Amino acid sequence: MLPVPTLNSYLFVAAALFTISVIGIFINRRNVIILLMAIELMLLAVNLNFIAFSSYLGDLSGQVFVFFILTVAAAESAIGLAILVVLFRNVRSIDVEQIGTLKG
Amino acid sequence: MPELSTVVFYVFSAIMLLAATRVISVKNPVHAALFLVLAFFSASALWMLLKAEFLAIALVLVYVGAVMVLFLFVVMMLDVNVEELRKQFRSYLPVGLLVGTAVLIEMALVLALAFGKKSSAAGETVAVVVDGSNTKALGIELFTKYIFAVEVAGVLLLVAIVAAIALTLRDRRETRYQNPGEQVLIRARDRVRVLKIASEKPTPAETPAAPAEPAAAAAASAAEVKK
Repeated sequence: MLPVPTLNSYLFVAAALFTISVIGIFINRRNVIILLMAIELMLLAVNLNFIAFSSYLGDLSGQVFVFFILTVAAAESAIGLAILVVLFRNVRSIDVEQIGTLKG
Repeated sequence: MPELSTVVFYVFSAIMLLAATRVISVKNPVHAALFLVLAFFSASALWMLLKAEFLAIALVLVYVGAVMVLFLFVVMMLDVNVEELRKQFRSYLPVGLLVGTAVLIEMALVLALAFGKKSSAAGETVAVVVDGSNTKALGIELFTKYIFAVEVAGVLLLVAIVAAIALTLRDRRETRYQNPGEQVLIRARDRVRVLKIASEKPTPAETPAAPAEPAAAAAASAAEVKK
């Protein structure tokens, strides 16, 4: 018999998602693309927390905050991918180790 | 028999966590991006369950529709040598699992010991945020109380556009192109110089074909082109 989900169940799911993305950052730490995806997953876990609290506490401010997090995350991934393209153009690789060669 | 919303919660949570695991473990970055799309879709369903409809739809539209397409474009555009990047995958795994377990235990302790007791009484059922439309309530909130933050977010997006374009724009020096302004301003006098060269008469000793060569050279120098 499945227990009815409460606020805590949402928080546990978000914690698990955050943990998965932390592990992802550690095991893929040479591949910038996967690193960016792991950061997106982390933001998703944080957003899930915000919305769960917002819904269970009956306060809309949490959802407003998620709106702004989505905006910032979109800007971040756009600039991150642009930097990635520039990196690839210069060193023909997306290895994190190679980013040091970009310093001018 | 459990309620439908309970089943939906468990199913979509499981899909989301599995998709997230595949995102970080799959070999091909294109597959990782597609699994990330799946994770976003499942998260959107969870948000819908929490009665945040506007954000659930915005997540699908903005994230799956725009950001993930951008990711896929970049992944497919770059010719990445994945094997070389995954050489030390196994050696990073123990550290990652160690840190991940530590993070998970800390979060679980906070949730189960300190936080859970207080919240369990208040959070039995989902409290309805508004009676009417979630989008309407969110819009009223955004454009009255948080209008300054909305403006700042707009400026932030503009800065992001400018930064992304400035980073990826390059002037190809190897490509030859025309400058219409310079072409219009050019005058014929600057380019062609007419030289007066005394004409030469062929001497009777030479063959008739021989004088043609100096004459052609003179004509070429007469129409000398200045760069």
